Amino acid sequence: MADVTAPGTAIAPSAPPTARTAARFPTRWLGIAPFILFALLFLILPTLYLIVGAFQNADGAFSLNSIRDLFTPSILAAYWISIKVSFASAIIGALAGLAIAIAIIRGGLPEWLRSTTITFSGVASNFAGVPLAFAFLATLGRLGLVTVLLNEIGINIYRLGFNILSFWGLTLTYLFFQIPLMVVIITPAIDGLKKEWGEAAATLGASTLQYWRMVVIPVLWPSFLGTLVLLFANAFGAIATAYALTGSSLNIVPILLYAQIRGDVLHNPNLGYALAFGMIVITGLANGFYIWFRTRSERWLK
Amino acid sequence: MNRKSSPWAWLAFFVGAAYFLLPLIATFEFSLRMERGVYSFKAYQVVFGDPRFQETFLYSVTVAIFTILLGVLLVVPTAYWIRLRLPQLRPFVEFVTLLPLVIPAIVIVFGYIRMYGSNSPLPLLASTGGTNVLLVIGYAMLSLPYMYRAVDTGLRTIDVRTLTEAAQILGAGWVTIIGRIILPNVLIAVLSGAFLTFAIVIGEFTMASLLNRPAFGPYLQLVGANRAYEPAALAVISFIITWGCMSVIQVLARFAPRSPNSR
Repeated sequence: MADVTAPGTAIAPSAPPTARTAARFPTRWLGIAPFILFALLFLILPTLYLIVGAFQNADGAFSLNSIRDLFTPSILAAYWISIKVSFASAIIGALAGLAIAIAIIRGGLPEWLRSTTITFSGVASNFAGVPLAFAFLATLGRLGLVTVLLNEIGINIYRLGFNILSFWGLTLTYLFFQIPLMVVIITPAIDGLKKEWGEAAATLGASTLQYWRMVVIPVLWPSFLGTLVLLFANAFGAIATAYALTGSSLNIVPILLYAQIRGDVLHNPNLGYALAFGMIVITGLANGFYIWFRTRSERWLK
Repeated sequence: MNRKSSPWAWLAFFVGAAYFLLPLIATFEFSLRMERGVYSFKAYQVVFGDPRFQETFLYSVTVAIFTILLGVLLVVPTAYWIRLRLPQLRPFVEFVTLLPLVIPAIVIVFGYIRMYGSNSPLPLLASTGGTNVLLVIGYAMLSLPYMYRAVDTGLRTIDVRTLTEAAQILGAGWVTIIGRIILPNVLIAVLSGAFLTFAIVIGEFTMASLLNRPAFGPYLQLVGANRAYEPAALAVISFIITWGCMSVIQVLARFAPRSPNSR
């Protein structure tokens, strides 16, 4: 157990706080030095490296060429389909998750259904990546159970234009982790609606509809929007599910970047940096909104 | 507001249940169809008998364990120190721990590949061992938001200052305080974070694939690209692993202390 508290020994043997340096250095700051060092080396600097690279040409001089090259039709199309899938799965996931959360908390369903749903949501929100793609191929692929069953009653969904390797197929698959994530995050917010507010509204003569419109929705609105943004970023950065599901037939940004890292398919390393930079900008904007919405909603849920 | 169960609630619940249960049932059903005409566990036998399944799974379990150890070493002292001495830095550290949710994993690993190649001052990617270390570090960064939150919630339930002062009066150094006083007190929170980390790491694809490590995630992808029934069996196995991790977290939560000084 003795070395349990020697953080960062693998990288920075000099960093852990020791009694000997106590007299000279402000040990208060040394206490988090290993953490800061790790975050710098393995989170912040690698990201900055890519961001700087996005604004350079192959010789290392400042240049906006790579950023400008992002605005070519094929790359713009990749961003556009990524944004569409992320946005659609975020908004549908948020609404469906909200409906389920309200149903299990406020709908008067039996208590065991509520706890089972919350447990299951915890599992399903973490069930992403390659196995999720397998599950949806077994369900809605050409030989999937639902496809076959529907075919037997005369509905050929593939002839009707559905394809699991498409925008809607990917969105439907992403919903499997988006909806539960919404349930997990929004349930405490709905629980935070105080009973007294409902009683106060009823005492003042509000109808159920007025209570929802004038109390519940305004209070839940910031956490709803905040979670929506988190779901968006969650889908936008995801690659494993899409890659296992569609190979490289659906050109979303992470898959394009993946192919670029593997084999420089864009024939320009700095364009790869610009691609990564674009992803950071989009998820960064999304999360900026999230933090803003969350600080607003926390005022009410204390 | 507390009337009897509303039909709308039941409708929402059943639509949701159908959407979530159908893929699971379909996957399970599909995984049993490997032998023509009868249901059997043949696909599972094939999967478990595949030496590459055993190798990659063992590799990912090992990586997950090291990731958890690194995460604990990194997060427990930091979260403790922030609570004890640097509360003014809390917003900054929380912001840093949230960064892995902002920066996609594929971007982080892309940065690693460019920064730690064989020509760099820290050529981690030049050797297999170094690449393994980099993978563990990358996973520790991915799980940082969850690990930090779990540990910080655990620390909230104990009186960090009093425990520290009591230990110092008895002559304990920082290593003893964190290792033998703080860590045991937040053990349940640490374990919750550990199992969540395990669930995230075990089937992770992007980082392992781009660093060319023989992990479970890339193996899953490879099987998916080449086989028909084994992927369904692997999906069922993965779901059971995730379910197991989350169940352990739920059970642990029952043992977690609720408020300061409650025991």
